[in-house]
Order: sequence, then structure tokens, then C-alpha cells
Amino acid sequence: MTATPTPLERHEQEIPRFPMPRAAQCPFDPPPALREQQRQAPLTRVRLWDGSTPWLVTRYAEQRALLADPRVSADISRPGYPASAPSSGKNSVGFILMDDPEHARLRRMVTAPFAVRRVETLRPAVQKIVDDQIDTMLAGPRPADLVQRFALPVPSLVICELLGVPYDDHAFFQANSGTIVNREVSEPERTAALAALTRYLDDLLGDKLARPTDDLLSGLAARVTRGELSRPEAARMGVLLLIAGHETTANMIALGTLALLRHPDQLARLREARDPRVIAGAVEELLRYLHITHNGRRRTALEDIEIAGYRIRAGEGLILANDIANRDPRAFPDDPDRLDIRRDARHHVAFGFGVHQCLGQPLARLELQIVYGTLYRRVPTLRLATDLDAIAFKHDASVYGVHELPVTW
Amino acid sequence: MNVYLDQDKCVASGQCVLAAPGIFDQREEDGIAVLLDPAPPAGRARDLHDAEDLCPALAIRVDDAQGTPATGDRPA
Ligand code: SF4
Repeated sequence: MTATPTPLERHEQEIPRFPMPRAAQCPFDPPPALREQQRQAPLTRVRLWDGSTPWLVTRYAEQRALLADPRVSADISRPGYPASAPSSGKNSVGFILMDDPEHARLRRMVTAPFAVRRVETLRPAVQKIVDDQIDTMLAGPRPADLVQRFALPVPSLVICELLGVPYDDHAFFQANSGTIVNREVSEPERTAALAALTRYLDDLLGDKLARPTDDLLSGLAARVTRGELSRPEAARMGVLLLIAGHETTANMIALGTLALLRHPDQLARLREARDPRVIAGAVEELLRYLHITHNGRRRTALEDIEIAGYRIRAGEGLILANDIANRDPRAFPDDPDRLDIRRDARHHVAFGFGVHQCLGQPLARLELQIVYGTLYRRVPTLRLATDLDAIAFKHDASVYGVHELPVTW
Repeated sequence: MNVYLDQDKCVASGQCVLAAPGIFDQREEDGIAVLLDPAPPAGRARDLHDAEDLCPALAIRVDDAQGTPATGDRPA
């Protein structure tokens, strides 16, 4: 005989689990359950793998307010932090999961190379990388997997050049970086991958200490020499930048291409654009529409916070689902579920908000502007070489995208 | 118009440089924003309000009260 649940039990059972699945037929849209939560209320509760029930924040305005609130902590080691897996803070990949002033101190060590005008000087070098990769792909067999032949090598070559990492080692660091962001690998595997990458970066730092060159790692090595940074801190920072430089941009290139191939009117508009501002606008819209970090940004309240008529208690966890905020009709009033490259989408939260907002965003923008502005013009007949149903999406990773994208031309 | 920038809050995201070029720039050594023109013409109101809105660190404040009508977010 089954007992009738008490009202409390019933209530507990009603709390939806997070993360939530996407709808099978809508690979570009956030999970329908997230949309439902957003319709219901600005803040709701979700249940995580460990049974904890942090707040879920789904609306744009409340997310921005909380992400910019100094009473909100990003420190993964704090009690109450809504962890995405049974790992502890020791596996964190550096300052993105710390609070100020420590976060600010470390962040400021690497901000200069990502300043807008500094990044802009890389434009010719990135254009050449993109052109060469297209040449290589066109000279090879058809159909081709766009991920392996183009989407992954481009950001990999760029970040290697910027950091001063030899691209010849790409098989090693691409594999380890993929393991670290895969949310289905076991904890020992993730720890091993992180340790291998950290050792690798530490060795490289040793080389740069001995023979500095003109790259970001040499800059970090110089700071180690001057005593501004410890060597393990510098190595961890290198790991973070190497992973971040790969996983995000590569997925935006492949998933963005798939989205455009499925929206031929938008693709045609982009291909025919002569004004670089149209391409820059398309990049912002694709960042908004695809929102590839689909794990929710995670925080803990340090004090009681009143917001939108709710009271968040000190010590409670917060999950800020930026993917659904980018589809909030209050912030993007003109049919937010439509991909429209002419929309002014610059205020999206694809790079987050607050002091932890993505540090590499000028580089990501530059790469995506060059890729989206070059690939479809040079390969105007680019098309899918398979059905949408046959494409495997990265539901298993903390950065969303496609595992493979068979294309032909 | 008057613009205020709090460099202690700035996290060097560069949003202001993109939104309002010529009014903001970033320091060579650490990417922290610098204000090139603290009293820009009213014609730049829209760019400035974009910068204020896009700054993730809430480091920018734009005050267009002085002699500028509330609807002054379009080039004159
Ligand atoms: S937008 Fe804000 S945080 Fe970013 S560089 Fe400008 S002032 Fe600094």
C-alpha cells in the first residue's frame, strides 16, 4: 500500500530537478521547463543531484542585479554553494570561482592582453588563421566534420599564439580540456585531466622563465619572477585561459553555423552584408540566441537579500540560468525565440554579468566576427551533410554545442 | 553631459570602449577603463547610456540632467 504523501512531501516532490532537458526537436532553445519557471515567477526553487534546493533565477533583470551584487559570492568552496557535481572546491580552475579581493588581484594580472584595442591588433593574424583553415578544409575530403576541421582548430591556434603554447601539442590539451568540461566524466578522471594540464602549463612556464618570448605566459612568468604571482597560481591561470579559449569559441562556431544553416534567410543576410557592424551585430545575436553555457551560473548569498518581493537568506544557493534570461521577453521584447541578426542584442548575458563577466570576450568577439564574416562567403554552398536528427548535441558538457557537424559544399 | 567612472570597480571588460569609443579607453598596463572625456556632447547620450547599461561592474554613471532634456538620447 502506498501512503498518501503529506502536503510537505507533495510540495517537495513538486520541486523540479535541475538541470532540465531540452526539447528533442528544439536544439537551439533552452529547456521548456526553464521557460515555464520564468513564466511563473522571477525566483523559484530547484532540486540538485544532492537533494539541495537552491533558488533558480530565470529573469533577466533579477539575474543582472544578483550577479552584480557584492552580497553574492562566486566562491565554490563556500557552504551552500550549489555545486553541479560531487566535487569540492579543490578542483576549481582558478579565479573565476573566487571572490574579491583575491579574484580581482588575479584577474588584473591577465586583463591587459584582452583589452579591446590590444585584441584588435590580432585581427590580421586571426584572419590568416581562419583563411588557412578554410583552405585546408576545402582541399580535403567531403563531407567534412566542421568541428574537427575548422571550429576547434581556429580558436585553438589563436589561443596558442596568444598564450605561447605550441599548437603541435593540441591533441593532448584538446582532449584534457574536453574532459574537464564534460559533466558526465567521473571525478577522478576530471582530477587527472586537470593535473595533466596543470603540469603541462607549469613546464611551459619553466621554459618561459628561462627564455621569455612575447606572449601571455611569458608575461605571467615575469610576474612570478617579480613575486607578484606564485608559480602554481600562474600555471592555474594558464590552464583556465587555455580551456576557456577553446571550449567556448569552438562551440559557438559549430553551433552558430548549424543555427545559420537552419535559418537560411539570416545566413543570406549575413553573407551579403558589407557593413562590418552587421556582422558584429550578428555575433551578439548568436551569442544571445545560442547561449552555450547552459549549466547556470552558480552563486551563494552572503547576507539576506530582498529582491522582486522575495527574501534570499544568507547561505542559500543561487542558480542564474542565463540561457533563459537571454530569451526573457522583458529584455528582448521582439519575439525573443526568433534568431534575428538585425536585433540589438548587445545587452545579452552570454558572457555573464558582474565582476566575473568573461574576461576573454573581446577575443571571442574578434574570432566570431572573422569566422562568421568569412566562412559563409568563401564557402557559399556550405550545407549539412546529414539530418538534424542525426546530430549529437553536447547535453553532457558544461558548454553546449555539437560533438560533430558533418558538412559538405 | 557628465560621465563618472569608478576605476576601483572596473573589471576591464571593455564594454564601454565598444559602446562609446573616444569617450572611454583602457589602460595599457591592466585594461582598466579610463575616461577620455568627462563632459561629452549631448549627441553621444545614447552611446553613453549604452556604456552605463552594459558595464558589468556598475562602474559608470551618466548624468544628463544638466541642460539636457530627458528625451535627449538622440543626436541633436
Ligand atoms: S564597461 Fe565597466 S568594467 Fe568594463 S572596462 Fe568599462 S568601466 Fe570597466
